[in-house]
Amino acid sequence: MADVTITAPATDAAEQADHSALHRTLFIAMAALLVVLPFIPVVGYPFFLMKVLCFALFACAFNLMLGYGGLLSFGHAAYFGFASYAAAYTAKHWGLTPEVSILLGTASGAVLGLAFGALAIRRQGIYFAMITLALAQMVYFFSLQAPGFTGGEDGIQAVPRNALFGVVPLGNDTITYYLVAAIFFVGVLLIYRIIHSPFGQVLKAIRDNEARAVSLGYRVNQYKLAVFVLSASLAGLAGATKAIAMQLASLTDVHWSMSGEVVLMTLVGGMGTVFGPIVGAAVIISMQNFLAGLGAWVTVVQGVIFVICVLVFREGIVGVIGKWLKKPL
Amino acid sequence: MVGTSDDIILQTHGLTKDFKGFTAVSEVDLAVKRGTIHALIGPNGAGKTTCFNLLTKFLIPTRGTITYKGQDITRAKPADIARLGLARSFQISAVFPHLTVLENVRIALQRKRGDSFDFWNSEQVLKALDGEAARLVEAVGLGDFSRHQAVELSYGRKRALEIATTLALDPEMMLLDEPMAGMGHEDVDRISELIRRVSANRTILMVEHNLSVVASLSDRITVLARGKVLAEGDYATVSKDPRVIEAYIGAGHG
Repeated sequence: MADVTITAPATDAAEQADHSALHRTLFIAMAALLVVLPFIPVVGYPFFLMKVLCFALFACAFNLMLGYGGLLSFGHAAYFGFASYAAAYTAKHWGLTPEVSILLGTASGAVLGLAFGALAIRRQGIYFAMITLALAQMVYFFSLQAPGFTGGEDGIQAVPRNALFGVVPLGNDTITYYLVAAIFFVGVLLIYRIIHSPFGQVLKAIRDNEARAVSLGYRVNQYKLAVFVLSASLAGLAGATKAIAMQLASLTDVHWSMSGEVVLMTLVGGMGTVFGPIVGAAVIISMQNFLAGLGAWVTVVQGVIFVICVLVFREGIVGVIGKWLKKPL
Repeated sequence: MVGTSDDIILQTHGLTKDFKGFTAVSEVDLAVKRGTIHALIGPNGAGKTTCFNLLTKFLIPTRGTITYKGQDITRAKPADIARLGLARSFQISAVFPHLTVLENVRIALQRKRGDSFDFWNSEQVLKALDGEAARLVEAVGLGDFSRHQAVELSYGRKRALEIATTLALDPEMMLLDEPMAGMGHEDVDRISELIRRVSANRTILMVEHNLSVVASLSDRITVLARGKVLAEGDYATVSKDPRVIEAYIGAGHG
């Protein structure tokens, strides 16, 4: 038995080190890709890339809650969109520098997440999803009815890209792209750390079997609220970054269909995988971009892809690849 | 046979649960002595599981009180009684399917750290618990499976894993909900042996259908029928009680 006590954790550590090594390699590859992407033809438009990265971070934030906390929110557009307004407003009307605007936007997502999360976690499953949807709709109507803050139907247009830290001018899209890429990369690393932390372990346990986690003495509602706030903050970070990068905050960002789109991205890419939502966001945004000529048919194509995804590879693109490799991605 | 109040670790007075006019548990007075294995038996629908869920706070009683170590826990929350050292298992195997066997046990050991809200720390800090987790996994005969996901285990092994997880809390008292349900013969013997072994410094209250297990393990047995206590005593006494025999045969049990 003494033998086993020593060898079992050792093999375990070896296997885990193996996964961490793979993930580290993938993160390094991703960083390298982020650096060279603007120079690659066809996809290398900074504006398009920024859009993909903002939505990818949004999807990763959503996946933190759904894939690792087992909480299906159907109102994540609220945190994304509200933060987007907050960042756009403070940049345009208060003349704040981008990093301050983005931080304020993120904070607004966190506060909204705390308020909505505290209400929503009292219910489970479909009721939880419905409460998050209803609360998000309230944010939508507020945005529609408060043109002084949101610009109403027009949104907040021509959001200025003030100098970063007051010194680094964000003169062109390429420089802004690297700012967005950096925010995206740090955001995804943070999510990765959350997933692989003692907190993340409890989160996965609650996702797998809530009653059992309770019976082990975990006060699960506190953990759910914590992950709700973390997810809403990161969704806010994505929204605020998008407002600065796209120079626009609009009703589209708080609309319920945005909440649906982030679910779609996460499921297509692979829920409960680290890299899935990034791939999912890239696929969905690319489709919207390159199939724009099809007009309204893009939605139909999206729908078909979604149905195929759910029917044929339920684990999503990255989930399926992970299964082939027999490694969690 | 009346012990002093110090001997009694868990006690109920007039415990009652109504479900919209149907009384599942009625005026149950139960006293579990410290350091014993106490079994709760009865025919199907006798209210065993309801009673069990009342004790573990997964249901709130309509009337009556529950006292654990002299403390009134009638209104306590499930997570709080776990923190008091009263741990439960579930009738359907309750594991964390997508965590490995080792992680399943470790999540219980992690409770020693207090709350784990530290999302900024690497899970490397949990490595310190791996040795103890591996020892517990080995103790229930799952040493070869520690790196497998729990979802891959057979039913009997899931039950064993669940017991290892409950043990990891090092509870003063364990409540086991049908630990042998759906198990094959070898598994029953292995888990019986395990329960006997872990009962050394603990109190165990179990709901169990398998009468031979009850006969060989329990110090004291409470028989429930239609939500009420029908008889109480050791196996020899209870099994000869004509009311018990009638209740079982009447309900179609041997």
